[in-house]
Amino acid sequence: MFSVSEEPLEDLDLQGPLLNREAGGCVEFSGRVRDFNQGKTVSSLEYQVYAGLADKEGNLILKEAREKFDILEARCVHRSGHLKIGEMAVWVGVVAVHRAEAFSACQYIMDELKHRLPIWKKEHYADGDSGWIRSHTPPLKAGGDLAFS
Amino acid sequence: MRADQKTVSLLYFAVLREQRGLNAETRTTSVSTAGALYEDLKRDCGFTLSRDDLRVSVNGAFVDFEQPIADGDEIVFLPPVAGG
Repeated sequence: MFSVSEEPLEDLDLQGPLLNREAGGCVEFSGRVRDFNQGKTVSSLEYQVYAGLADKEGNLILKEAREKFDILEARCVHRSGHLKIGEMAVWVGVVAVHRAEAFSACQYIMDELKHRLPIWKKEHYADGDSGWIRSHTPPLKAGGDLAFS
Repeated sequence: MRADQKTVSLLYFAVLREQRGLNAETRTTSVSTAGALYEDLKRDCGFTLSRDDLRVSVNGAFVDFEQPIADGDEIVFLPPVAGG
């Protein structure tokens, strides 16, 4: 099950829905807001989400993971809104009979969601500047210039 | 309204939202595809992203830019994403 949360992920029971008596392994990953990127000091992050499509695409990624790997269940929750340094932005949990498949599925889900979910991330910097992040490329400014060109 | 005209809903995110200054709007158009609609918006709204930078969704599903558009469609041009 994929979902988007406006509430802090720290306040949610993330692992609860995955509890399973057959599960010998539970792999969890949490992505957190860090205080630097591309040489700049980051003060906060803002996420915008196209919710309807994100739910659909997120659940498709989880379905793919269940088909590709021998796992019991997978869950992902992504934040929206304005996040402070250290806050959890995304959480992925996978349970499986054995750990190897759970690790692989967790990695697959994270790799896919970064470039497939309709989610946008704006970095706000300590110097007052800000820019939209493009996966693996420099941030895009509202004026159309790359922030780190 | 002319026979070839249709009114569509547009949602904006990220850099397009900032450049348009709106979260959403409706627009009446006579173009027939999502791609042609973006070219009109780019000209009228000063969007700097080219079509190559974008993906497009119609009614909550990713589609091709050549997808025909219809009256009442919800259309979103998606700037480069960055989840996680």
